[in-house]
This record gives sequence, structure tokens and C-alpha cells, in this order.
Amino acid sequence: MIMYPDIKGRYGDFGGKFVPETLMEPLEELENAYREAAADPAFKEEYVHLLKEYSGRPTALTFAENLTKSIGGASIYLKREDLNHTGAHKINNAIGQALLAKRMGKNQLIAETGAGQHGVAAATVAAKFGMKCKVFMGAEDVERQQLNVFRMELLGAEVVPVHSGNKTLKDATNEAIRYWVQHCEDHFYMIGSVVGPHPYPMIVRDFQKVIGEESKKQFAERTGGLPDKVIACVGGGSNAIGMFHPFLHDDVELIGVEAAGKGIDTPLHAATITKGTSGVIHGSLTYLIQDEFGQIIEPYSISAGLDYPGVGPEHAHLADTGRVQYISATDQEALDALHRTAKEEGLLAAIESAHALAKAFIIAETMSPEQSILVCLSGRGDKDVHTLMKALKGEVDQDELLSVSSGSK
Amino acid sequence: MNYFQSLLDQNKKLFIPFITAGDPDAEATVDLALALQKAGASAIELGIPYSDPLADGPVIQRASGRALKQGMNIVKAMELVPQMRENGVEIPVILFTYYNPVLQLGEENFFALMRENNVDGLLIPDLPFEENERIRTRCKAENLYFISMVAPTSSSRLKKIAQASDGFLYCVSSLGVTGERKTFDQNVFQFINEVKAVSPIPVAVGFGISSGEQARKMNEVGDGVVVGSSIIRKLEELHDQLLSEADRNEALQKVEAFARSFVQSV
Repeated sequence: MIMYPDIKGRYGDFGGKFVPETLMEPLEELENAYREAAADPAFKEEYVHLLKEYSGRPTALTFAENLTKSIGGASIYLKREDLNHTGAHKINNAIGQALLAKRMGKNQLIAETGAGQHGVAAATVAAKFGMKCKVFMGAEDVERQQLNVFRMELLGAEVVPVHSGNKTLKDATNEAIRYWVQHCEDHFYMIGSVVGPHPYPMIVRDFQKVIGEESKKQFAERTGGLPDKVIACVGGGSNAIGMFHPFLHDDVELIGVEAAGKGIDTPLHAATITKGTSGVIHGSLTYLIQDEFGQIIEPYSISAGLDYPGVGPEHAHLADTGRVQYISATDQEALDALHRTAKEEGLLAAIESAHALAKAFIIAETMSPEQSILVCLSGRGDKDVHTLMKALKGEVDQDELLSVSSGSK
Repeated sequence: MNYFQSLLDQNKKLFIPFITAGDPDAEATVDLALALQKAGASAIELGIPYSDPLADGPVIQRASGRALKQGMNIVKAMELVPQMRENGVEIPVILFTYYNPVLQLGEENFFALMRENNVDGLLIPDLPFEENERIRTRCKAENLYFISMVAPTSSSRLKKIAQASDGFLYCVSSLGVTGERKTFDQNVFQFINEVKAVSPIPVAVGFGISSGEQARKMNEVGDGVVVGSSIIRKLEELHDQLLSEADRNEALQKVEAFARSFVQSV
């Protein structure tokens, strides 16, 4: 069995380290520190302990009984990453990387954030470990995610609004990397998804694998087997890779759902694998949305957590080899699924996760009642209430939005 | 013997100014190259505007933004080189481009365009040693300078990078992105000395050099300087004049005088 990434940090054709020379040594230092830590039982023990005692793991596996009934196909199970401390899977990685930073003797964190969930997770662990934390966030996202900005500030982090480009996650990431280049000797850059130069996609994946490992165990306890299909949303792809990875060698169909925004036949989407081509973004060779001259095109999604023009290199590889199927859901489909889940299950999903739910409902309907489908509910929707209110007020046709979720499809 | 070494042998320190293709427009870029040559430039570093320039600070980022708005791209930028030649530019023109635009052109296509337009060399700030072997080898085969960069964090990598480099070695003065700096850490001189000790080719120091006085200090240890942001800032000040037919010549003279201050400080 080939192990990815390889020695150059590649996943097949993807991955690698495409960064300014200044960062090459810091990346090597990080990789060495990580490999040492990963081999140290005390490190693993502390990580697992914090996940349990601080974050509240294992998170529940919930059988969505009402949705299963109303859809009338496969049994739908939800992996409840929304129940984590801070409200999303992002904390798994933040705890891991904070421990790594501590081990490396660095107590100043840099992070980038889109929807703010990674920023909140970074600010949280920084407070917990007595570290300083600077979070770069696109000015547009600062606007969209005021609640999370406020949370980060309450936690003692400094939020730096980024005004370049589309003022979203891509631009925040550029700025975080630029800041890191300047301060790499004493700052730890905590990347929030399985993107960026090697070793980040590997490190983040390893810290997120707990999602899939736990799911597998819980599913077996509950049903005695494996789910037939596993679905997760993909922006950078950290919850998806964390969920998928432990299933890669099982007879389970894996499906990633990207943000189709206003539709993949319009320019307003963030469907990187579906519509992108291979290129370099943020230090990694992967699929991205770009023009013929290699200029990166600003993505669009109603979800600040998904509008990223690239995707984790391992996802690019899994798409190329066909092991994972990548599809996309529009803003409207996600909003519809969000409403339906709220009304039928009493669960307010993050808009990101609602993309996975939207496709899961459609796919579940085509399956038989003996089959089962597992969806990663990567985070809760509290942070999106502002966006939802705006959508309801007119950005999205109100009648259409409210006509959802009667249960008939 | 390499061209840059021959300048040193004539007791000339290297002065390599950076301009962004298409800022403020294509025509001005051609004129600016000539003005910089008149000021005593050893070569021109011609920046390809890019949407996500990870190694650059705000000044060059803004220049990229302006050039992209003008519709500049890597192909059009290379096509400016023959125009510079017609205009009288004889010094080498080195492309400064991020890797993605090269990747999208495709290597074959890219090298064909380099040849066709008589581009002299190449610098790719986000293509480190471990990823650049194929392009480096290809440049050697095609007689193009492949300029490598070393940074204060390069330590154990310094030697292998220096030995694989061609033309001149680009020594990044300090941690961080491009941009003017008021002061430099005193360690920079020791670092340049370390680089000099392992480099078989001339060493030009870049990132942050924004005055003739700073250039003079760097040149006491190094073989020359690369000057980007402070020239771009000057062009930003002169933006409207450079675009106006009536005022352009005067603006070009101002740029020339500004560039000369770096050469004369040596």
C-alpha cells in the first residue's frame, strides 16, 4: 500500500512545497517536530485527553430518524462534530497544533479563518495554553461573521481584517503566510484546513482523522457494520478528509460536496474539484479555480467556510484516482437542507455542513431502507444566523426558501 | 564568463531594479526599462503581475493589481522584451514570476516564448530548490540564467542552492516579504558574508533596500543590490504623469535620477 504523502509531501501529482525560500527551513523544522511528536506516546495521550476532557469527545453519532422517515430511503446518520467545544470539528486540529507549538517552544500563534470557526478554535486553544494569537480574516468575512469575530476578541485574540482581493479566506491566507514569512522564527502558523505546503495537509489530516475513526467504531457498535456511503462537505476539506481517511480501504462509497454557489454553470461558485484545474495555491499543487494565465479567480459561496479557490491536495489525488466522488450543492440547496434539518430534527447545521446534507438527502432517497448513509455534520449553524437572516430578508427569494422542508421532495 | 561577473571585474557593483510589467501600462514599462538602463542598471527584473504574490509586500502587490487591471499577463509581458530591445535596451531582462503562471502556460510553451522574445533569465520566488530541478536544468540547457534565492533561514540549504544557481545569487536580506525597510538587523552583513563564502557567482542583496545609503552599506559586503518596492513606490507617485503623453518624459527623467542615486552611492 502506498502511503501518502511521499517524501516530497506529494499525494500522487499533488501537494509539495511551493513557498518562498524563507519558509523552507521552518517547514522542515515543523515536519521534524511533528514526526517526533506523533511517535511520542505522551503527546498522543495529552491530545486524546484534551479531546475528551476539553472538547467533549467522542461526539455523538445521531440517527436522524425523522429525516430518514420523511425521505424514505437509506437510514441517515449524522456525525455530530457540531457538539465539539467551539461548535465545529476545527477544534480537533487546533488542539493538536497548539500542543505541537508548545512542544516547539513557540507561544505566538498565527491563524487564518474564513467562517471564523478555525479562528475561534485557534483563539480558544491560545487562551487555554496561554499563547498569543493573531487571526487574519478577510474584511468581507469579518462583516459576514460578526459573531465569531466577537468571540475571538473575547478570547483575547487579535483579529486582523484583510482588505486585499475579494476580502475572503484566500486573501486572509495570503496575508497570514506573508506575516509568517516575516515572523517564522518565533511564531507558529496554525493552518485550519488540509491545505498549504507540506507538511500541513498531512498534519491537519492526522488531527482530524479522529472523526472517521470514532464514526467507524460507533457505527459498528450501533449497526454491526459500516455505512454504505459517507458524505462530507469540502471547502479546503479538513472535515471531509478526517471523516474519509479511516474508510479509504473499506468498501464504503465516499462523497465530497463542494459549494456550487449560484450554480456551477455561473462564475459564482467554489466548486474547485468539479470546475477547477491543477495549479499552485498557498504553497501546494492542487485543483484550483483560475484563468488561462494562472491568475486565481475569486470563488463564491454563501458559506464563508467554503468559498476557497483551492482544495486540499489529498482530495485532488482522491478525485483523480476516483476513490472519492466529488459533487456540488448550490447555496439554495444548502439553505433548503438547513431548514429541513432544523425543522425535522431540531438541529441547526452550519451552512457548510448543509451542503453535505443537501446531497445526502437526494442520494438517500435513491437507496433502500436496508442501506445507510453517514453525513458529517461538521459544525453548528449559530455563527450563520446573521447570514441566514440576510438571506431571508431578500438576498434569496423568501417564498422559495420557506417552501422547503414540507417533507415531500 | 558570466555577464554579472564581468561587471564585477570592471569594478561595477550590480544594480538590478525591479519593475512590474504593465504598471502603469505596457508602453511605460518599455520606456522605464530604457530609463533604468540609462541610470546604470545591470539588468532589469521584470515582474509578471500575479493575483496572489506570497513573497511580496503591499507596494508590489498594488503594482500587480494595477497591471492586472490593464490586462497584463505573462505572455504579453514577455512580448514587451523585444519592444525594449527595439527601444535600445541591451542589458539582460530577467523575468520575475510566480510558478503558477508558468505552470499554466506549460513548460514547452513557456520556454518557447522565452526564446522567441529573447528573455535572458528567470526567477521564481515560490519554486524552491527541491521543486525546481527540472526548470533549472532546462534553463542551463537553453543558456538562460536561473536565479536562485537564499534567505537568512536557508542555513543548511545555502551551499546546495548557491552551487546550483546561475547568473547571480539573490540574497534575501531579511525575513519577510518585499518592501522598504528603515533599518536592517546587523546580522545581515554576517549573513551576506556567509553567502559570499559559498557562492561561486556574484551575490546581489534584495528585499527592503530603499535608499542609496542602504545600497552602499550592502555593497560593502555584497556584490550588488536588487531594488523593487522603492522604485515601484516612485512609479506610484508618478503614475499619472507616466500615463500622460505630455508629462511622460519628465516623469521618466525623475525615475532615472532616482535610480541613479542607487548606482552613485556605490
